[in-house]
Amino acid sequence: MTKQRDIDVQAELAFTRRSFLNTAASGVGGIALASLLQQDGLLAAPAAPNPLAPKSPHFPGKAKNCIFFFMAGAPSQIDLFDPKPKLNELHGQVLPESMTKNVRFAFINKNAKLLGSSRTYKKYGQCGMEFSDLLPHLGSCADDLLMVRSLHSEQFNHHPGQLMMQCGRGTFGLPTMGSWLTYGLGSESQDLPGYVVLSSGVGSSGGATLWQSGFLPSTHAGVLFREQGEPVLNLANPDGLPPELQRASLDTLRDANQQRLELMRDPEIASRIASYELAYRMQSSAPELIDFSSESKATLEAYGVERDDPPNGGRGKSGNTAQSFGRNCLLARRMVERGVRFVNVIYASWDHHGNIDKELPYNAAVVDQPIAALIKDLKERGMLEDTMVVWGSEFGRTPLGQGDGSKSSGRDHHPFAFTMLMAGGGIKGGQVYGESDEFGWGVEDKPVHINDLHATMLHCFGLEHEQLTYRFQGRDFRLTDVGGKVIKDWLA
Amino acid sequence: MSCRTTFSIVVVAVFGSANWAVAADKIRFATDIQPLFAQRCLECHGPDKQKGGLRLDRLDSLLREQKSGASAVVPGHLDKSEIIRRITSDDPDEVMPSKGEPLGADEIGKLKAWVASGAEFEAHWAYLPLSSGKPPKVGNETWVRNPIDRFILARLENEGIRPSPRADRHILIKRLYYDLIGLPPSPAEVDAFVSDESSDAYAALVKRLLASEHFGERWGRHWLDKGRYADSDGYEKDNPRPNAWYYRSWVLKAVKADMPMDQFAIEQIAGDLLPEAAPRQRLATAFHRQTLTNTEGGADQEEFRNAALFDRTETIGTIWLGLTLSCARCHTHKYDAIPQSDYYRLFAFFNNADETNYDLPLIGSPLEKYKEEKAAIEAELKVIDEEIAEAKTKHGDAFETWQTRLRERLAQENPPAFHDLAEMEVTSDVEGVGFEVEESGEVQVSGANPDGLMVFEVAGKAGTIGEPVTGIRLDVLTDKRLPANGPGRAPNGNFVLNEVELLRGETKLAFGGAKANHSQANFEVSKLIDGNRDKMSGWAVAPQLGKPHHAILNLKEPLEVEAGTPLTVLLVRNYDGEHTVGRFRVRLMTGEDAEAVAPKPIRDLLALKPEERDDKQKEALLDHFLRNVHEETKALFAKRDEAQKKMPKRPSARVRVVAERGSPRTTKILDRGDFLKPTDVEVKPGGLAVLPPIEGREEGKLDRLDFANWLVSEDNPLPPRVLANHLWDKLFGEGLVRTMNDFGVRGERPVHPELLDWLAADYRRLGWSRKKMIETIVTSATYQQASAHREELREIDPTNKLLARQNRFRVEAEIVRDLCLSVSGLLSDKFGGPSVFPPLPAGVAALSYSNNFKWKASEGEKRYRRGLYTFFKRTAPHPNLITFDCPDSNTTNVRRRSSNTPLQALTMMNNEVFVEASQAFAKRMLEMDAASDNHRMRQALRFCIGREPGNTETARFVDLLEKCRAYYQAHPESAPKLVGNYQPEGVGAPEAAAWVAAARTALNLDEFITRE
Repeated sequence: MTKQRDIDVQAELAFTRRSFLNTAASGVGGIALASLLQQDGLLAAPAAPNPLAPKSPHFPGKAKNCIFFFMAGAPSQIDLFDPKPKLNELHGQVLPESMTKNVRFAFINKNAKLLGSSRTYKKYGQCGMEFSDLLPHLGSCADDLLMVRSLHSEQFNHHPGQLMMQCGRGTFGLPTMGSWLTYGLGSESQDLPGYVVLSSGVGSSGGATLWQSGFLPSTHAGVLFREQGEPVLNLANPDGLPPELQRASLDTLRDANQQRLELMRDPEIASRIASYELAYRMQSSAPELIDFSSESKATLEAYGVERDDPPNGGRGKSGNTAQSFGRNCLLARRMVERGVRFVNVIYASWDHHGNIDKELPYNAAVVDQPIAALIKDLKERGMLEDTMVVWGSEFGRTPLGQGDGSKSSGRDHHPFAFTMLMAGGGIKGGQVYGESDEFGWGVEDKPVHINDLHATMLHCFGLEHEQLTYRFQGRDFRLTDVGGKVIKDWLA
Repeated sequence: MSCRTTFSIVVVAVFGSANWAVAADKIRFATDIQPLFAQRCLECHGPDKQKGGLRLDRLDSLLREQKSGASAVVPGHLDKSEIIRRITSDDPDEVMPSKGEPLGADEIGKLKAWVASGAEFEAHWAYLPLSSGKPPKVGNETWVRNPIDRFILARLENEGIRPSPRADRHILIKRLYYDLIGLPPSPAEVDAFVSDESSDAYAALVKRLLASEHFGERWGRHWLDKGRYADSDGYEKDNPRPNAWYYRSWVLKAVKADMPMDQFAIEQIAGDLLPEAAPRQRLATAFHRQTLTNTEGGADQEEFRNAALFDRTETIGTIWLGLTLSCARCHTHKYDAIPQSDYYRLFAFFNNADETNYDLPLIGSPLEKYKEEKAAIEAELKVIDEEIAEAKTKHGDAFETWQTRLRERLAQENPPAFHDLAEMEVTSDVEGVGFEVEESGEVQVSGANPDGLMVFEVAGKAGTIGEPVTGIRLDVLTDKRLPANGPGRAPNGNFVLNEVELLRGETKLAFGGAKANHSQANFEVSKLIDGNRDKMSGWAVAPQLGKPHHAILNLKEPLEVEAGTPLTVLLVRNYDGEHTVGRFRVRLMTGEDAEAVAPKPIRDLLALKPEERDDKQKEALLDHFLRNVHEETKALFAKRDEAQKKMPKRPSARVRVVAERGSPRTTKILDRGDFLKPTDVEVKPGGLAVLPPIEGREEGKLDRLDFANWLVSEDNPLPPRVLANHLWDKLFGEGLVRTMNDFGVRGERPVHPELLDWLAADYRRLGWSRKKMIETIVTSATYQQASAHREELREIDPTNKLLARQNRFRVEAEIVRDLCLSVSGLLSDKFGGPSVFPPLPAGVAALSYSNNFKWKASEGEKRYRRGLYTFFKRTAPHPNLITFDCPDSNTTNVRRRSSNTPLQALTMMNNEVFVEASQAFAKRMLEMDAASDNHRMRQALRFCIGREPGNTETARFVDLLEKCRAYYQAHPESAPKLVGNYQPEGVGAPEAAAWVAAARTALNLDEFITRE
């Protein structure tokens, strides 16, 4: 049969290519072995395609990558983005009963008093977007930013709320945003995972569930890059084993696996060979990624990777958090440059039940400068057009105070109206969308559900949210659960 | 038959083509029509919604004349069947389905053929009783080893495919070891099996492995996936559950002992309701307690109670019924005939089971230890009691004397009185502390309040008192100026006072006793006079804060004073965090508190005349005397108390279980599953309408035990099908029904439905024995086939549904590690017990909430326990498990996926555990006798792959070895680093290092971690 002959020829060809890859050593072998094997058709039969190979979207989208700043713990929109003169005026009074009738709270009771904001607000940019005095740097990006003041969620405990924001529903076992994106679009990176997670501060309540792949294959789970030691777990060879012996070991391993493949003809063996080669490339590409020596002094300063930690701190502090967050912002840009699809930058915690006037300025100072630097940097490099930057959390904080109204007061969880920021990747900047009421209690105009946010994000990537589905337990699941509408006003 | 004939004519007539006629003969509702309806139509015309009044899962609705006058289906009449008109319509307002792409030509063709052939309708296969079809006849009888093979072979012969040959014996033994116990066979075990020529060698091996303790671990872990077992609460706080492992042990032991699957189900679902439930039957209900617990501040417990109930209901739906019940939580199931009310009927069973703790009596070694200790102490007590009995006869007249003296003393009646010091001044050894002595004698403290030792000196003179001082009284008082009103200066109002001393001039006086109206736990008032100024030895008053308290300290001997006698009271504080008394008053005490002389019951007895006392009263008085007063016997009683204190408690462990509520809750259907929106519709516990009804033990009343009994009863066809499918999946890498958790109409129909039913029926016939069922499957010829892929089948059967070969698949996360530890000789073979903490990369646990948990790596053997014993923290699971697709245990999991990622490669190459395994493996190899490198390498490879390696394979590894050897000889300083703690004797470090590098490569072989 001609088919058998083809197979032999292709196997031969595949072998030559692999030899090439060996000599080309690490990251230089520009094409992933997986895709080489795939091109060979036979060796990686259709049963085991590379799940991370780039895929076409449903329609051309503007965004290719996303950097999501997940501000876990719920920052106060009232003290950062959404000025409420009326609230300041009525400071110390109780809310009208009509507003609190059918709601429940986590910690405070319905007799809690309104807590005015100690912040001052200023208009920025041509659009005149308002930011509080805590975010002057982000203010300077106003004309590139979309500010949404009308988000709402139905979860008001942290972990379910965080799952809601990451998975579109506040329950366990679902894939996170980054998983859906790599599932829908694959990864452009040959040497790095398609979905990466960075974390600063004390760690989020949700832990690893915030980058899980749920029922999607684990290939789509986020890979946590670590701050100390190796950037990826198990990246370094054992002590005393040099790179040359690592290569020699992998050559032996590949040949032995190859022999088994020829006998068993199971495409999974080809995938295993490919996995080891990608692992090998990651061993050199990941250290290169975190090596900032090629960055200019001006860039390092702009991101604040060597700045002093701001004073105070509280629950937003864990070591020198400002430097850690600055580094993570710069790492995020470098990852996107290298084709990483989704970078989730987590910073916790913003859960200011008390001491908000002391601790919120710290958290704001940690994130303000580096995120603004990132947005400007992306813009200068022409990357902002296809890189979507999102700033958000699981919910916001109450206009009601928690505590006695003194300096040690804080705010409780508030899912009924909160604020997010977006920029780039097909988002129209310089606009404020939606409105909360005069107390910042409920949404007054243009409510946005988290499912709508996800639908619109996917749209920017050229993905139709109702078509990006995965069959599990008899149902076609999607990121937007059973809701979601694309908000056209947001699109550039 | 006549229908078929008519149909052929009709079809030929309508289409003018014989093609459909050929296809039409094979059209069946179950295989061709129902899946199409499920895929494209039931969402709008199904159990939940019936647009236009039509539902396609019911024959009556299909045939009924609708308002339009048309019927969806008129059997045999394409032209009269509305469904055909609508799916072929050109009118965009008419064409069906109204959403998505129009139906394809072959789909339309199938529907036409089905209608034309008479629209035969069948109920969904999974709800029907088990069929009792006999295994079919086959051509090649010699291939058949048991009835399973007939079903498989008949289908293969029908398709003209030959089964694969029996796998090589090396592979067979490796396959059985991996599948049944999850460990690799040693080369010696492989050799013994391969050279065993007896006809029952294979069967004997199967029996041996089924009897192994490790079978309990291997198959117990499969069940734990379904039971979503973990060692922590989940959610934000994710607190550890230190006793969770008792449930794991219950599962492992039940599986090891081959507890029948019906009993296994009943005990886990309703063990507490069994008549005279044994402790371990109550423990089994911890199955329900594997749900998550949210202790996050401000969480509504009712919300999470409901979340746990949903999980219980749906987990049982998945594990035993293979149904996706979760859809019906919010609305009637779109595809399966499960109305929302059915969901809440099941839910009601669990709504009446409350979460509770149970002190599980321990058995085995803890019980033995307890009995030993108890006997030892009882013996000790016996000796002391004899001594006491003897002493009781020997107190002479001391008893009488004491009574007389005490009566006199009580007769004096000198009630306590309190006196302020004259000319009182308060100072401190710490600069900056302010004292304000008020008229009342109360002292307010302010100013400096540093950590550590601080002494307040209250100096003054005795006033005119006229009688001896018997002690002092210290009041600690509240004040608005103090945090939380005091009496202390700590933010919560607490204080610590470590010591109080009274001096006359320079002479320190001894106290004999101390009392207070309240003491904080572990900060008893007696610590004020124990002569110990240590931080933790002091008096404090939490949680009774914001209230005044007082202490009375009795002097050992009454103190004679005159007016003007200088007296000083020292208040010594040695604590941190502003824990200082904020307001106090110190007074001298005179007189005696009768209670301090003798307790009330004793005073009452003394008041009686000796002859009025009965024996019991006499005994009590004597006892008090000997125990508290008589110097000669006090020590004996103290010794007895000491011994009694050491008496152990019967060992038990507090485990989380469920128990039936006394008063049942009312269950209402929740609107869209929202616990805040109960509807008015009340439901009683009950079963699913599509399955046979549940019969209760008592008329008109159903509980969890009735439900469990029904679940595994003869009438219920789903559990045996679902459970047999689970076994099949583990032994073939895929279930016969591949949608393991969905046997509903949207699930995949089995390729071999008759085989599944035969297995299901056989499972029951075998007394629900898991082991016997597994034995049946693994002794089939089907199971024993080679697993090499076959080119000629790649297009015909790309996913091997027909099973013309076995499957290859990577082993699970725990087993990957177990295999490596096993060949390296490190693996511990201990069975059961608490969870262990093998090394975890720094920072992993820190990523979860508030660092509330420290992962302290286990020492010694516990580092090398099998993977299933690794402590599983839900928000920070061990990365070695998750990287290899271990489920997250937040919801039930009936099938693990098997991904293949670079992170797995990095783990196996570089992770601490795997590197250590390489080191130990190399040492083990170097310590074996071998004639040459080649010989030694062959032995090493055999540990990993079982079979004899080929010449080129061995040579390739020897090449690597030589390359490594050359390197380490040139770089001897690197060698000890790679060898670690596993330097074999009599071998140089470079040589050992070269073997570690080679061993590491061998452990990474795909063949090693693949069940072939």
